[in-house]
Amino acid sequence: MGNRLRRQDAAFRFVTQGFAFLVLLVLAGIILTLIAGSWQSITRFGAGFLISSEWNPVTEEFGALVPIVGTLVTSAIALLIGVPVSFGIALFLTELSPVWLRRPIGTAIELLAAIPSIIYGMWGLFVFAPLFADHVQPLLIDVLGPIPLIGVLFEGPPMGIGVLTAGIILAVMVIPFISAVMRDVFEIVPAVIKESAYGVGATTWEVVWNVVLPYTKVGVIGGIMLGLGRALGETMAVTFVIGNAHRLSSSLLAPGNSIASALANEFTEAVGELYFSALIELGLILFVITFIVLSLSKLLLLRLARREGKQT
Amino acid sequence: MGSRIISVAALLAGATMATATFAADMTGAGATFPYPIYAKWADAYKKATGNGLNYQSIGSGGGIKQIRSKTVDFGASDKPLKAEDLEKDGMIQFPAIMGGVVPVVKVPGVAPGQLKLSGPLLADIFLGKVKKWNDPAIADMNPGVALPASAITVVHRSDGSGTTFLFTNYLSKVSGEWKSKVGENTSVSWPAGIGGKGNEGVAAQVQRLKGSIGYVEYAYAKQNKMAYALLKNRAGSFVEPSEKTFQAAAANADWKHAAGFYEILTDEPGAESWPITGASFILMHKAQADPAKAIEVLKFFDWSFAHGDKMASELDYVAIPPSVVGLIKESWKANLRGPGGAMIWK
Repeated sequence: MGNRLRRQDAAFRFVTQGFAFLVLLVLAGIILTLIAGSWQSITRFGAGFLISSEWNPVTEEFGALVPIVGTLVTSAIALLIGVPVSFGIALFLTELSPVWLRRPIGTAIELLAAIPSIIYGMWGLFVFAPLFADHVQPLLIDVLGPIPLIGVLFEGPPMGIGVLTAGIILAVMVIPFISAVMRDVFEIVPAVIKESAYGVGATTWEVVWNVVLPYTKVGVIGGIMLGLGRALGETMAVTFVIGNAHRLSSSLLAPGNSIASALANEFTEAVGELYFSALIELGLILFVITFIVLSLSKLLLLRLARREGKQT
Repeated sequence: MGSRIISVAALLAGATMATATFAADMTGAGATFPYPIYAKWADAYKKATGNGLNYQSIGSGGGIKQIRSKTVDFGASDKPLKAEDLEKDGMIQFPAIMGGVVPVVKVPGVAPGQLKLSGPLLADIFLGKVKKWNDPAIADMNPGVALPASAITVVHRSDGSGTTFLFTNYLSKVSGEWKSKVGENTSVSWPAGIGGKGNEGVAAQVQRLKGSIGYVEYAYAKQNKMAYALLKNRAGSFVEPSEKTFQAAAANADWKHAAGFYEILTDEPGAESWPITGASFILMHKAQADPAKAIEVLKFFDWSFAHGDKMASELDYVAIPPSVVGLIKESWKANLRGPGGAMIWK
């Protein structure tokens, strides 16, 4: 009997281990496939691929600068808007909201996360972009446009779509992820710690900033990274509103392109080996960007942990 | 217990395999533009003969790849392959269905069919050289039309597409500057404007942005009641986009001398011809190891050519004219061979 249980245990371990290694295997397979697929483009364009803004399927000259910049800028805008808003939502739900309101708001946020991205894209194109073009962009152009340095970010005609619109739509999309994680980790802060802080006369803000946030920083950064991951790879919603132009522009109101969006747009009708290969290399670059972002967040957490050790 | 489950599973697997071999549908893959009409034909054909078609609309690029690796019975492409490429892969191609590309505008005060444009002017607009609607170049061509002083916003396809190929092919034929600066392909490096995904994306952008101009398949312009423009054709007359003018372009094309049916129906001669017409093509291997499958595919297209024109016009496509169908069948006879060099289509 005992023998049988032990065998079961071993089998269980073997199976779960297999699942875990499967992930590694798939990951390695994807990297190898991407490299093999993009080999023609890598050998042809070399490192110049990363800094060339040319994208011309007719002459078969390809460069990834425009989509790389578009991906990074839209994701940065998404986090710039999404993180403070998510922090506010999580803070309100865990510290300030009356108990009866927590459930409905929490559920509403989780529902936002369940909406398919194409719906966000269509909403962005048909509802948000016209409103944005008629009411917000003219204001941005008039008010921020003349300011030196910042002004160049807000030039051009108000078309409603473009890099800024894509960033805002992405912000709406990442808010449910980031705020849900933040709320969950804020909730696990032991009540006794918070109450001690309140007891010595701290305000809500001081409690959150000095007690809750340091206690939950790993989870908070994890949540932000989750949101960033979604923003970097988001395809459909961005395609609808980014304008899909392979042109580099200093203005956030101008149309641009992102890696995922370029892939989704051009993959089906990409006739020609080099064109196809260049698209695969774009995919490889997105993979590398995501990898770098994840590594940086791990490094950040490590440094935070080390500093903590010094303080105590 | 365990063995019984296995035997049931084996039985089930056997049963599904049996049905699979019984109803061996022909398979095709490729262009998305003709997908609705192929699906409609296939549906009617199945009702008439009991034989089905499994067509995957994965895009022309994918279709060409799949037929090259022989994973499908036929491939479909919006952009014809050059004769030498066909020769290299041992394939034939033939046109199966046609459609037209239509410039659409949203200019306050301009009704559908009111605006007249010529090819070179269209190229200049898409090059970003003509920037305002009241530009003398446009105004001279449209006396009596109240054109506003607003800026022109160009809208193009952001995804690679056969529609873009036809449009840029036409602009390359009529404008030397377009040809040297931009060229023709399923997607190009656009000198101006914003991109919309798919015909629906371009249609949406054009309907939304005042002062915009874009290009869509005829069906989208018609169904969305968009303000299309008349185009000046090679014969110098302004024509309306319609089934009649698309067919005129196809009939006036010189198919007989087009090697491997490499014929792009843009800028065709004839007073009635719509200048941006195009056909979607079918690709098949010349040497067929399994002639039964190839015959099935040919029978399907033969049936569709004979019975499918009404279905085509219902969906705003244009059927291949009978004279061209005759040439296609001659090409089947001359080129397709089974094992041992047996003729497949007699």
